[in-house]
Amino acid sequence: MPDATKFLSHLELGETDQTFLDSNELIINMGPQHPATHGVLRVILKLDGEKVLGTECVIGYLHRGVEKIAEHRTYTMFNPYVDRMDYVAAVSNGLGYCEAVEKLMNVEAPPRANYIRVILTELNRLASHMLWLGTHALDIGAITPLFYTFRDREEILKIFEKYCGARLTTHAFRIGGCLYETYDGFEQDVTRFLKFVAPKIDEYEELLTTNRIWVERTKKVGYITADDCKALGVTGPVLRASGVQWDLRKAQPYAAYKEFDFDIPTGTNGDTYDRYLVRMQEMRQSLRIIDQAVGKIPEGPIMAKVPKVIKPAVGEIYHSIEAPKGELGYFIVSDGSTQPYRVRVRPPSFVNLQALDQMVRGQLVADVVAVIGTLDIVLGEVDR
Amino acid sequence: MLDYINSYLSDTVHVTPGEAGNFFWALVYIIAIFAGLSVAVIAMNWLERKILAHMQIRLGPMRVGPHGLLQPVADAIKLLLKEDILPSEADPLVFWLAPLIVVWTAFTVFIVVPFGPTHAVTDMNIGVLFMLGVSSLSVLGVVTAGWASNSHYPLIGALRSSAQMVSYEIAMGLAVVSAVLMSSLNAEGTGTLSRIGLVQAQEAQQTWFIFKFFPLGLIAFFVFAVAMVAETNRAPFDLPEAESELTAGFHTEYSGFRWSLFFLAEYSAMIAVSSIAVTLWLGGWLRPFPHALTGETWDLVFSLFPGITFMFLAAITFYSVARMPKHPYFRVQTIGLAGFGAVLALIGLALFAPPVRDRIQDVYWFVVKVAGFMYLYIWYRGTFPRYRFDQLMKVGWKVLLPIGLGVLILTAVSGIVF
Repeated sequence: MPDATKFLSHLELGETDQTFLDSNELIINMGPQHPATHGVLRVILKLDGEKVLGTECVIGYLHRGVEKIAEHRTYTMFNPYVDRMDYVAAVSNGLGYCEAVEKLMNVEAPPRANYIRVILTELNRLASHMLWLGTHALDIGAITPLFYTFRDREEILKIFEKYCGARLTTHAFRIGGCLYETYDGFEQDVTRFLKFVAPKIDEYEELLTTNRIWVERTKKVGYITADDCKALGVTGPVLRASGVQWDLRKAQPYAAYKEFDFDIPTGTNGDTYDRYLVRMQEMRQSLRIIDQAVGKIPEGPIMAKVPKVIKPAVGEIYHSIEAPKGELGYFIVSDGSTQPYRVRVRPPSFVNLQALDQMVRGQLVADVVAVIGTLDIVLGEVDR
Repeated sequence: MLDYINSYLSDTVHVTPGEAGNFFWALVYIIAIFAGLSVAVIAMNWLERKILAHMQIRLGPMRVGPHGLLQPVADAIKLLLKEDILPSEADPLVFWLAPLIVVWTAFTVFIVVPFGPTHAVTDMNIGVLFMLGVSSLSVLGVVTAGWASNSHYPLIGALRSSAQMVSYEIAMGLAVVSAVLMSSLNAEGTGTLSRIGLVQAQEAQQTWFIFKFFPLGLIAFFVFAVAMVAETNRAPFDLPEAESELTAGFHTEYSGFRWSLFFLAEYSAMIAVSSIAVTLWLGGWLRPFPHALTGETWDLVFSLFPGITFMFLAAITFYSVARMPKHPYFRVQTIGLAGFGAVLALIGLALFAPPVRDRIQDVYWFVVKVAGFMYLYIWYRGTFPRYRFDQLMKVGWKVLLPIGLGVLILTAVSGIVF
């Protein structure tokens, strides 16, 4: 495998290690085509038997140049592109971008729009966590939860479809508010969904939380301390599972989040099992938020007064939101024209993926799969 | 010829054809077992996909034939027609040999499987030992497959497999020995390794060994039941072919017919080890309650079971026929399904005929018990996550082995005391 050696900068690959017949160390390529790398992630593993001595992530197989595209589109035209980054949580991406541009223009979305945004974003968080749970369990070998979560995620996608016509890459929000008014029966649909999904989350927990094999496979696997999380910039459920109570919805409230009452679930051990528990709790908290929001959507306009041609003044802005996977930030530089001078995205998956090497060193091959699953990465977002 | 067959079918013969040196009937049995096993594997393929699908709120195969009944046939045709790929880096001879070893061992063990007191190809006095020995040879096929592929994932899969099969065989063997000890509790005080002898011992002691010295028999059975899942590399112990870790494990480089040989061997091995569990602990071919519920009436009731089973299957089929869409597009499928139901019903009717039902009894109960194990295998696969390699070893060496040893000692003590 001469190709692999090119990347193995920090794995200290000697000349003699290159054929596995001569040494105990084995260099294998996991991905980019592999059932458990959640897309096209390539991980080069250095193994001693089954033990992982080191890893190196090779990314870029899904690079589409989203940030560069932004420089050649107007602010409005770039809006749908952000949905293609984290395609399982497209609504959150759209929210982050719209709010960043609004902040740049000093516009505030009307309260009604903010409520709709919160409901859809939290529904999307549920959808994202459900997909994570299904695929994570599948990686660890439990094939059944995947179908349960996909069944229930379908209901969320149906609501999205009724709201804006799209299921995955929704393009639900516009700069300044929402384009679409809620459809007739939106509140009823959401309330019915809340009633439907609460017992389903219990059902997933029944399948896994006390399952002996599940606990053995996830406890003390992929351990990371709070300090390491901070050092690496890891955010989201991974950070919270290590015991840090940091959630941008509370820390720097955006949209209508400060009007709702919810908890930030945290873990103590920072292992895969805690991350699982944190995400399960987050799903319940999302239900709480939606439940509060859907009862009191205010009347009023859904679009702020935004000029037809969006031309923010010269300046720059960084705005970040709590996406399902962590802190999703947009840094936008405006040169006063209709097109952004530069858009830099801080995707949570990309930053969290850095922790992979530290989390799997010294553990077994099977744990690499579990850790990739628990980091909840989406390669569309890692590569952009 | 007919006279010869008739003379054999008359009740005067009480030994297996192998024991009697009867090559004609031995050949007939071998062909019948081979054909039956192939049908069983095809049926298992369809059943596994269907049962697993229904556990996972899916429908499973629905397109090829009514309710996907022809899906295994379509798969078999596809596998046979596929290009035979030999990786350029592979060792051709060993690569070719590996699936053959696996299939050979998987089929050979069936010559000692007793479907009834005389329904076995032969009855060896070391039957259980033979079976464990030959089936453990299949690890050779797995290791050679992983080695010959000359690729990393198969190599790791093969290493895992060899370590796993070797370590679980010990626990398995200990559980088997405790059952053999139980068979020695007769007037002569001699146990047996013959599988027919083991069932006859359970008949003589009037209890299945799973209930013997309760809970010792049950624990031994449990040890065996766990070890046999690990031995056949099935979920939750399917590490050698862990899809999410090693893509397909030791048979990653295999495709087409060679791959299907591994598939065939895996399912035959599952049936083979289940048959050991059935003969050792669940009374083999004995019907339930052979001593509690005796008398002509009970004999009659139990002898009707085979026919009732097939009639029940036919009834399900006809119910499905009634539920088929009434669109002309589905006409052929509906007729086909009705035909299948009619065949099942006819078999059911034939099984009600006294000469047939008396002869089929033993085979029926044996197959039903093995089928129960097959269902368990599918259930496990739908329920459990996969063990990690070190945990698997821990379960094998630190849990099952001590339990097996303890049960063995306690069984021996109980045998002396009681």
